[in-house]
Amino acid sequence: MSEIPTELKFAASHEWARLEEDGSVTVGISDHAQNELGDVVYVELPEPGQQLAARHEAGVVESVKAASDIYAPVGGNVIAVNSALDDAPEMVNQDPYGEGWFYRLEPDDVEELTELLDAEAYAEICAAEEH
Amino acid sequence: MSRQTPLHAAHVQAGARMVDFAGWQMPLNYGSQISEHHVVRRSAGMFDVSHMTVIDLSGTGSCEFLRHVVANDVAKLDREGEALYGTLLNDEGGVIDDLIVYRRSEGYRVVANASTREQVLDWFENCAPADVVVEERDLAMIAVQGPEAMASFQAATHIDSIGALLPFGFLEQDNWMIARTGYTGEDGVEVILPTLEVLSLWKRLLDVGVQPIGLAARDTLRLEAGLNLYGQDMDTSTSPLVSNLAWTITWKPDSREFIGRRALAALRTAGIEQKLTGLIMAARGVLRRGQRVLTRFGDGSITSGIFSPTLGYSIALARLPSSATGDCQVEIRGKLLPVRIVKPPFVRRGQPVFE
Repeated sequence: MSEIPTELKFAASHEWARLEEDGSVTVGISDHAQNELGDVVYVELPEPGQQLAARHEAGVVESVKAASDIYAPVGGNVIAVNSALDDAPEMVNQDPYGEGWFYRLEPDDVEELTELLDAEAYAEICAAEEH
Repeated sequence: MSRQTPLHAAHVQAGARMVDFAGWQMPLNYGSQISEHHVVRRSAGMFDVSHMTVIDLSGTGSCEFLRHVVANDVAKLDREGEALYGTLLNDEGGVIDDLIVYRRSEGYRVVANASTREQVLDWFENCAPADVVVEERDLAMIAVQGPEAMASFQAATHIDSIGALLPFGFLEQDNWMIARTGYTGEDGVEVILPTLEVLSLWKRLLDVGVQPIGLAARDTLRLEAGLNLYGQDMDTSTSPLVSNLAWTITWKPDSREFIGRRALAALRTAGIEQKLTGLIMAARGVLRRGQRVLTRFGDGSITSGIFSPTLGYSIALARLPSSATGDCQVEIRGKLLPVRIVKPPFVRRGQPVFE
């Protein structure tokens, strides 16, 4: 059973989003997602300053198993990317909700977060996929 | 319902992620497949390969039968305790399977793939004359591979005589067949033994520090070693001549009429327009099966691609125009990235070796 922190919001496409105290939103992929992907070997992140639309492509995760698109859970302007993943992509597997974060954005509309899944709803999606 | 090997419970207990493979429930990994890969390159790992198809051939016609169905010449096996790698071809020269043939004191043993079990058994039964008995065996099989594999196996079993085995040599004792073969590019043995004895061997190997390795690492290890996977790098639509396996065809003596010989000879006369070769990519990304490769001599495609844990970048086997060499390009998600054509293997005995 994968870990699903209750303070996070989730997209059905397996990204998590966390509203920070400064109003920015940090994005990564879930424990369930990293477990399904297997060892991550590359992460193609968006560029700082890039404008992302909600549910549109924001990058690619390449694992030993497959290449998977990652999507922006909410729209906004990219203000930081986790460039440490260039040298240590395994952080996505080891610490998906911490050191393995992908990027941070300034949301266009913070209300979009409420349209995402809470931990309980996301757990149901994961459970359905596991069977 | 897929079959379970005698080690199924041991895999589950070790935390394996089990997947369906060729009708068997097999361990994909026990955590990180990259860590497992490094274990085999640096110390010793073990694979449950009990899903492989084991067929015994007996009867006076066995040798002549195998000389007829295998493109490599079984007559090269001078004495018992020797084995060889070869392909089983159809009349068109396409590969039905790749296999290892062992010459025993009486008769032969063949180890074929799990995914081709029915084709191979059907083919043998249809081709075998009355003086050959074809019998599938229900046996277990473990591969122990890595620089410390031989020492670990000896420590676990006290069968020290394996140290004297040459590559592709094997010995038999007390219903165990132990061969110095493998699918990783490392030293080691493959052991075929009764299903009731395999769990005890697995535990003894665990006790001396040999780690279980899943199918996912088996794939990256074999690809680094430049070894083909049946169904991916070759199948019935490709001949050994375009599968980097021309060395496994024995043409002499001319009088040996093995199945597929005429077709291969005709292909050779017409000119071989493709080859299976290696690719390496320095750019970030992972080469994968099906990606298009663009060369000055035309397009080809990747048959197997991985991120190489040993090298730290992506490598692949690809079927390309015969004349293609040097730099070319691969199309990944609409982008053209530079790749270099190299001659496999990529890694042997833990070290990069490609040209």
